[in-house]
Amino acid sequence: MTSFLPPAFIFIAGAALIPFLNGRLRQAYMILLPCLAFLNLLNMPEGNSWVLNFWEYQLTFARVDKLSMVFAYIFVIMSFAGAIFALHEKDKMQLTAAFLYAGSSLGVVFAGDLLTLFIFWEIMAFASVCLVFARDTQAAIKAAFRYIMVHLFGGLLLLIGILMHVAETGSLEFNLIGLDGLASVFILLGFALNAAIPPLSAWLTDAYPESTVIGTVFLSAFTTKTAVYTLARGFAGTEILMWAGITMIIYGIVFAILENDMRRVLSYSIINQVGFMIVGIGIGTTLAINGAASHAFAHILYKALLMMSAGAVLYLTGRSRCTELGGLYKTMHWTLIFCLVGAASISSFPLTGGFTTKSMIASAAGHEHITIIWLLLTLASAGVFLHAGIKFPYFVFFAKDSGLRPSEKDLPVNMLVAMGFLSFMCILIGVYPQVLYQLLPYPVDYVPYTGDHVVSQLQLLMFSALAFFMLLKYLKRTETLTLDTDWFYRRGAKIVVAALAIPVSWTHNKLGYIFLEKIPNFVIWFGKNPLGAIKIGADTLVVSMVGGKEAKKRLEQEKAAYPGVLKQWSISSAVAIAMVLFAAYMMLFFFR
Amino acid sequence: MNKIVEYFERPEVGKAVRYIFYASLVLLLIAELFIEKHPYFHWAAFPTFFAVYGFFACAVIIAVSKLLGKFWLQKGEDYYD
Repeated sequence: MTSFLPPAFIFIAGAALIPFLNGRLRQAYMILLPCLAFLNLLNMPEGNSWVLNFWEYQLTFARVDKLSMVFAYIFVIMSFAGAIFALHEKDKMQLTAAFLYAGSSLGVVFAGDLLTLFIFWEIMAFASVCLVFARDTQAAIKAAFRYIMVHLFGGLLLLIGILMHVAETGSLEFNLIGLDGLASVFILLGFALNAAIPPLSAWLTDAYPESTVIGTVFLSAFTTKTAVYTLARGFAGTEILMWAGITMIIYGIVFAILENDMRRVLSYSIINQVGFMIVGIGIGTTLAINGAASHAFAHILYKALLMMSAGAVLYLTGRSRCTELGGLYKTMHWTLIFCLVGAASISSFPLTGGFTTKSMIASAAGHEHITIIWLLLTLASAGVFLHAGIKFPYFVFFAKDSGLRPSEKDLPVNMLVAMGFLSFMCILIGVYPQVLYQLLPYPVDYVPYTGDHVVSQLQLLMFSALAFFMLLKYLKRTETLTLDTDWFYRRGAKIVVAALAIPVSWTHNKLGYIFLEKIPNFVIWFGKNPLGAIKIGADTLVVSMVGGKEAKKRLEQEKAAYPGVLKQWSISSAVAIAMVLFAAYMMLFFFR
Repeated sequence: MNKIVEYFERPEVGKAVRYIFYASLVLLLIAELFIEKHPYFHWAAFPTFFAVYGFFACAVIIAVSKLLGKFWLQKGEDYYD
């Protein structure tokens, strides 16, 4: 049919083979899959292909244009880096889930219609939750259940939106939707949940840090960025997204500063960084959309790099709380260097990927003269440096010496290679951004390296660093957790359950008492001497109506004597009665 | 590698790093005078704008976060157990 396969098929079909391969063969295979997918991407001509007829609708599995391609490239590059990072892993469930997850995100990116998108969207949710379950601790399993419940809810919102949209427009095609009518609200909410826009964001910081060393690396890349893609496709220029993005940015910084677990700090940082992209989508100009797409590209690289370095620390020390870490620079040299490259990138230091991409979004706000957004974006750039650029490396690798001396020799060498690869990529798009710019959805007329840009950015960052070290004593880590909107289903739900449970269990107890104790006991009591029981019943009725002390006393005696001595039947008379009953049954049976 | 780490652990080198940091701050402020500016907003062209804004942005972020954490958001680690 065509000269290429939809990349999602390569990964999803490829994932199915992983459980059957072992040792070196599996390692080679895991490297081969992303390479194949990459070659395949190079062969994909623009336009729609792999179109399937489904009733009166058309399902498009390969809608190839600039916007889908830039996300596809970074997803495949990320899968490659992730596969290297995971080479030593023997848990096949994790590896299979990781490839299924990456494949389904590619499926979403290339989906030309809403139904295909929805199907891959749901596969993504199930594949990603496996990566959380894989940690197999009590906390991880609980977090995974919460994660999948939230995502099923989000999937339902999306499905409702899609069905309403199809009913209204008669078309399944996925193009610019825009905020217009109830259907688009539901679709937007479904996308927003995966993009982790507060208050629909707590699933991310709840579950990601509970996943495995490898799982978190994959998780950090795909779910939120597919949502960024769908929002850029369906809701570019929707103004409310600008404010949603600003909320994410501020919220991410505040919570990351309060958080103690290093991987949770980085997870809040994801929300903060995705916020920048969402602002870009909300502004919606070509520069802003370019900024959002290129920032997604760069962010996947450096966030995966940071998650890998945090993963390496967790792998060697088994700890992830900042309060229990520190002083690791003494032995974890390479991890530290790679981590610093990631930290510099996320803070947009010149010569790193963050600088050449994120600055586009602020510039877009500047071009449109949206003062408050520009001011907040600039404030947030300082805040990013604060929480991710300095705080994370400082408390993990420096600060007070925890006494831990993990040896990097115990770290699988492939983990270091993966970090090295991503560091190289971060710097590559920092010093030679044209590689990335030529992939962007719109032609790029943007020069990142002007004296003005470089000096003002460096001033902003270095004086933020000054503020960090001057206020260090207020930033000391505390052994606390931070309340987030998951409170509503972790604590709030308990209150709701209690409120519902009390009347329900009261009714249940009452009914149980009546049907399981009262009535059976009465039947037993009645069966002991039916005639006597009826007599007691009749006497009670009479006494209650007529009264009289004597009668009452006699009734008491009667009750005390119950069931009394019953008339003993001889066997022959009992048999005779039974025979009569049988005969009666037979008559009934024949003549009814 | 270990040699480099040991070198940086020396107190006099630590001090030197700190002075280099301060010097770079001053250098950045001076450098601003020699570059051509094309700001999006005229007030952003004011000298030291980014330095002052960055510093105070961080101070405000830290203060607001700490207050929120102390009076509302931060709980003991066994809160949900």
